[in-house]
Amino acid sequence: MTTTLPKPEARDSAGDPRPRRPLNTPMLLAYAVLTVGIVVTLFPFMWMLLTSLKSFQELFNLSFFPESPTLDNYRQVLLETKFVVWFGNSLLVAGVTTASVLFFDSMVGYTLAKFDFPGKNLIFILILSTLMIPTEMLVIPWFVGVSDLNLAQSTPGAYFSIMFPGLMSAFGVFLMRQFFETLPDDLLEAARIDGMSEFGIFWRIALPLVRPALASLAIFTFLGNWNAFLWPLIVIQKPEFRTLPVGTALFNGEAGTQWGLIMAASSLAVIPVLIVFAIFQRQIIEGIVLTGMKG
Amino acid sequence: MRRHQTRTAYVFLLVPLVFFLIVRFLPTLSALRLSLFDWNILKEQQPFVGTENYERLFADEKFAQALKNTALYTVIGVPAQIALGLAVALLLNKIQGLRGLFRALYFAPYVTPIVAAAWVWQWLFSPQFGPVNTFLIWLHIPPQNFLTSPTQALATTAALVVWQNLGFQIVLFLAGLSAIPRSYYEAAEIDGANGTQAFWKITWPLLNPTIVFSVVTGTISYLQLFTQVVNLNFTDQGGPLGSTTTVALYIYQIAFGRFQMGYASAITVVLFLIILAITLFQLRFLTRRYDL
Repeated sequence: MTTTLPKPEARDSAGDPRPRRPLNTPMLLAYAVLTVGIVVTLFPFMWMLLTSLKSFQELFNLSFFPESPTLDNYRQVLLETKFVVWFGNSLLVAGVTTASVLFFDSMVGYTLAKFDFPGKNLIFILILSTLMIPTEMLVIPWFVGVSDLNLAQSTPGAYFSIMFPGLMSAFGVFLMRQFFETLPDDLLEAARIDGMSEFGIFWRIALPLVRPALASLAIFTFLGNWNAFLWPLIVIQKPEFRTLPVGTALFNGEAGTQWGLIMAASSLAVIPVLIVFAIFQRQIIEGIVLTGMKG
Repeated sequence: MRRHQTRTAYVFLLVPLVFFLIVRFLPTLSALRLSLFDWNILKEQQPFVGTENYERLFADEKFAQALKNTALYTVIGVPAQIALGLAVALLLNKIQGLRGLFRALYFAPYVTPIVAAAWVWQWLFSPQFGPVNTFLIWLHIPPQNFLTSPTQALATTAALVVWQNLGFQIVLFLAGLSAIPRSYYEAAEIDGANGTQAFWKITWPLLNPTIVFSVVTGTISYLQLFTQVVNLNFTDQGGPLGSTTTVALYIYQIAFGRFQMGYASAITVVLFLIILAITLFQLRFLTRRYDL
């Protein structure tokens, strides 16, 4: 940082597009309202974290902060329940489905945006129309199919059963198509003239250019599958194949309402998602902005 | 050249098209077929019953209640999250510093696992030892029953869903707002328009695509509300006297509690038709084109 920063006056007179406005009453008011909103929004979080640190004796005393914080709830959740197994199952399911969605949805989005072929619009509309099919409608035939094939009882089959509905998503196809449409054709044409294969053009030229889109698709897919509840609840009978939401939800029912444990389990369940979000925050927001919900 | 493109395109689309066919379209047709049978997974015989399941549906009071509740959730939730999301996005656009921090904090509920959020909510709104009632008493307002009251449970559940969706709404609206050229506002200011006028004449119409997107996708998701409802009351699914039951939860209970797959399929077909009709209606009547 050896270059001198331009003086603020100089910026203003030079017609900077976004001059720094002085703090005025409306802006202060905006800050105040936003802060109140944040306090209300984050209160449930804080409550969850702080309750998870309370001992059993302290649980129902309504003070906000624990008097003698303890990690005992965490110890119990990690050692005395199948939490770690469920956590691993969820990571596996969310990880594989996210990788699959990123690969296939970008390939479909790219094809629909950059190739000209008969049936193109029909295929796009058909894929998009699946967004209107309620999950409940699909779940029953899926269940009948999986039961007939006796799939969900043992290791590879059980994981495949949980994952298969999420391997591709219509929303992702829509998102990726929007992005690839903004790529200039000349770029792809140049690579084509250089003798690159069609898959190589997609993989090495087009895909790296839409990283923000991939990041936002990744977080939404990961979140969706990390939180998936209805289908894993239905398809999995054996406790060792449960995913985190199902395992913890049923654990609530089986163990009675052990608030301390539940709050500790909830706090632990938030962590991976917050990490993914923290890493990709910029790209996620940029991704949504660039999708440009322009209709 | 074109033939080469066509071939490459179909090679790229082959696996995905097979997926959408097998995992989305065939099950849809299968559900339609199942709805015409008395298909109970526990019974030997699965007789064809024609439209009997649908006839049963029209006389089913529990279905009527679930449908009414689902409509209520949608009518409360969609406008609430759009209004709150837009308000916060506009405020965030007003301030200078800390914008990223505020945005991230508002986004936090959206990345919270739904099951976890539901538990916290259960605790917060507990009639005996919930902090919300403690706060109400402090304000000299009598404590409420919230999730254990047949009249308040639905609104409390809706509040949870709105709280969770708000972060996404805000980011969506920030994206929409950033696409509006600043010069429009400057021109309006020169013409002497005040803030309210600028909002209704510029912001609102130019935000139309974002709002349509929010209304359509929001409605579709509220019509399928399930996870929050189940987890807010795992022992008493659907809340006191079925006051929070949704169509999705009712389908789940019929299909996987009583294994009446045929009847449950008939309900899913009706739900599908409702979603289809509402979506087409919304797209037809909400979409505006502004040529500026």
